[in-house]
Amino acid sequence: MSGWTRVYGLSNPPDAASGRLPPEGAAAQLSLSPSRRAWQRFSRNRLGFCSLVLFCALVLVSLLAEVVSNDRPLLLKYEGNYYFPIVTVYPEKTFGGDFETATDYLDPFIQNKLSAGSNWVIYAPNPYGPKTLNYFAKEPNPSRPTRDNWLGTDDRGRDLLAQLIYGFRVSVLFALALTFTGVVLGVLSGALQGYFGGKVDLAFQRFMEVWGSMPELYLLIIFSAVFAPSIALLLVLLSLFGWLGLSDYVRAEFLRNRQLDYVRAARAMGLSPWQIIIRHVLPNSMTPVVTFLPFRMSAAILALTSLDFLGLGVPPGTPSLGELLSQGKNNIDAWWISLSTFAVLVTTLLLLTFMGDALRDALDPRKADR
Amino acid sequence: MSAPNLLDVQGLRVAFAGKEVVRGIDFSIAAGEKLALVGESGSGKTVTALSLLGLVQGAQTSGQAVFRGVQDTVQGRAQADLLALSERDLRAVRGRDIAMIFQEPMTALNPLFSVGNQIAEVLQLKEGLSPSQAHQAAVALLADTGIAEPERRSHAFPHQLSGGQRQRAMIAMALACQPRLLLADEPTTALDVSLRAQILDLLSALQKKNGMAVLLITHDLNLVRRFADRIAVMENGLIVEQGPVAEVFANPQHPYTRQLMDSRPVRDVTDAFSSVASVPVMQSQNLRVSYPVSIAGFRGWFKKGEFVAVKSASFTLSKGRTLGVIGESGSGKSTLALAVLGLHPSQGELQLVGQTWSRDAATNKVIRRAVQVVFQDPFSSLSPRMTIEEIVGEGLRVHQPELGIEHRRQRVVKALLDVGMTESQFPRLLQRYPHEFSGGQRQRVAIARALMVEPDLLVLDEPTSALDVTVQKQVLELLQRLQRERGLSYLLITHDVDVIRAMAHEVLVMQAGEVLESGTVDEVLLSPKHPYTQLLVRQTS
Repeated sequence: MSGWTRVYGLSNPPDAASGRLPPEGAAAQLSLSPSRRAWQRFSRNRLGFCSLVLFCALVLVSLLAEVVSNDRPLLLKYEGNYYFPIVTVYPEKTFGGDFETATDYLDPFIQNKLSAGSNWVIYAPNPYGPKTLNYFAKEPNPSRPTRDNWLGTDDRGRDLLAQLIYGFRVSVLFALALTFTGVVLGVLSGALQGYFGGKVDLAFQRFMEVWGSMPELYLLIIFSAVFAPSIALLLVLLSLFGWLGLSDYVRAEFLRNRQLDYVRAARAMGLSPWQIIIRHVLPNSMTPVVTFLPFRMSAAILALTSLDFLGLGVPPGTPSLGELLSQGKNNIDAWWISLSTFAVLVTTLLLLTFMGDALRDALDPRKADR
Repeated sequence: MSAPNLLDVQGLRVAFAGKEVVRGIDFSIAAGEKLALVGESGSGKTVTALSLLGLVQGAQTSGQAVFRGVQDTVQGRAQADLLALSERDLRAVRGRDIAMIFQEPMTALNPLFSVGNQIAEVLQLKEGLSPSQAHQAAVALLADTGIAEPERRSHAFPHQLSGGQRQRAMIAMALACQPRLLLADEPTTALDVSLRAQILDLLSALQKKNGMAVLLITHDLNLVRRFADRIAVMENGLIVEQGPVAEVFANPQHPYTRQLMDSRPVRDVTDAFSSVASVPVMQSQNLRVSYPVSIAGFRGWFKKGEFVAVKSASFTLSKGRTLGVIGESGSGKSTLALAVLGLHPSQGELQLVGQTWSRDAATNKVIRRAVQVVFQDPFSSLSPRMTIEEIVGEGLRVHQPELGIEHRRQRVVKALLDVGMTESQFPRLLQRYPHEFSGGQRQRVAIARALMVEPDLLVLDEPTSALDVTVQKQVLELLQRLQRERGLSYLLITHDVDVIRAMAHEVLVMQAGEVLESGTVDEVLLSPKHPYTQLLVRQTS
């Protein structure tokens, strides 16, 4: 909550300076910390709250992707013994095959072996991993949605549903990590500039102007040519620039809050600058940070997707929404690729936007409690 | 009954989202009469005035307000129910028949237009004057309000005028169309004491000259006594008493009115500690405090200018006594407080409990404990995200970190008890947050926080000027009691002579960074030597 802005319809705040107790109606919200009250207001916003629940559910499912979508069965019984293919790799010979290589559980020969007699097997609901090539598809690649591949396959024969689940997970985890580093760097630099002000502020601001005018995209292209592309490299590169915007907001909040009387009182009390920053100014300056979290998430997802689309993003073979989009572009007839990827992206971004909207309302001191 | 009243308000009710702020009030104003509407903040007095002009947004208004002074007849009649008029008709009434002046002239004037333009605009709109006629009329109006060099000032922008001049320009704007009724919402509250009387005298003179009626909204009873014919006292959206000023002041009927009349702070301080000869708590010789300011032009690249906020202040304060510093805004009194607190560097000699401020945080720690502060605005002086226990107990965490949680909590409870706040009064007091308390209660919490570390000197920077008069009295009584019990010394910064009279032993009068006069409270207030002090004292007697 941005400090403690007093906003009333008229010049005189009701009951503000009088010695009377707040009216009885206020008793319901007694003793709630500002953040608890903001949470209550957030959860009263039905659209935002449902978005949060749904988004969390989606993330949870994608975190359990190995159980939901995997080409290796979860559990099987073969000739009286139990096997856990999901955790252990078994050579094909184990199940009566000819080779020492890892078992391909989609192979009709193996499937027959596993279902013969008293043997049984539990597959994942979607029996394909993100890299599984379906050699036994009944249609040419890319295959349209069939009973085997519910959303069809891409042009290399990989199951689209599996790719979307794993791609969604990569996007969300990447966005979380990027948001986290951005918030830490942004809050830190904003706090330093805002609290100490003066020359620190001046120097840091000039540095940020220089830093911010570096061409981010070209740097990415250059670096992806020099180094082997990896998610970690991408995270570092994007983090280097992701904190600039937030830093300005935090700085402004700090500049405003540091001259308030409670900070002066804390200085007169003898607290050290860091104690004041952490205990007094920071908690009162977090409103823009919290408000922007969902929007930063969605921006990060979009950034990763567009970089992948351009081929500058995650290394080849990593499931990614951007790569799927570019496949959809290359195979314009395979409408299921672009359409389903598009749907996943739109849903994710919409949910995040609804959450951000509700959060902004919940933290807005100008909106009255309903 | 003689001529009918100019304005008859009956059963006026104003509600915001179902919550009634004005709960059915009746009053009337005769032509040329000065009615004062008095009450504390939140009593609904401003809403009452605004609702007459249809200026409250999002409110449900009911009742009747018959106004019999419509000049250019709305709907062919010279009288109209203001609350029933359409927005279009109201617009005709606003400014021409009923005008309003506001508390803060800086925000009520448009910063992008010169004041002459703003006055001329009213005349062009309402009277249909040509631009050049309107400009001349505007200059004449400015001259009427006593602004020197009105022709030149009419081209000035609001920020180029002083506070008093801005308020005069606002009055000129309000009176441009010679309204029958002027609504004055705390017209002098934002001004320094020495200007208040001038503005009120001006209003009185113009009121007599134009024969208009004035509805003065204020919380300041001194103003009412001096200015108004009749008084209406509001409490919680109701008028509890009204009548001629002399009568109500001489013989207040309603208990709330009596409480208001009785809210002048009472002197109840002891001189017992003065006999104890010891090291003075605070001593200063030729204290000088300055701010760096940037210089315009090329020279400003290399060095900074200097604005001297306190020029040369010398004072001594011993145990159990109060040094009152009085002055108007910009006189340097708050800067003096910051220098004493060591929050702003100063030159000259300044000794606190026998030590001086140094650059080293460790040596400063002794003074940090000994000198504490209570600020003016109880809304910004408590961090909204900390509980009362955290706020009050913070000093102990710094100065006595060896205390355990349980021990600290006991001390917090005791400090809150000392300022008159208990668990039985406020259940779960320690876990509450500042927003659950009113201004006066917050100020008590701020005092408890300062007392926590057992200071010797308390710097009180306008401790009561954001509070209502009745609450102000309670807080001052608390401060007096604490001083008697503990022998605290106070450095009291204020602009209010009444507060000085009630609290101080010694007084320092400041203006524009200079100390004009100093001495004991009797010397300064009973026989002031400097003309400025004489003016201050005369204002409040």
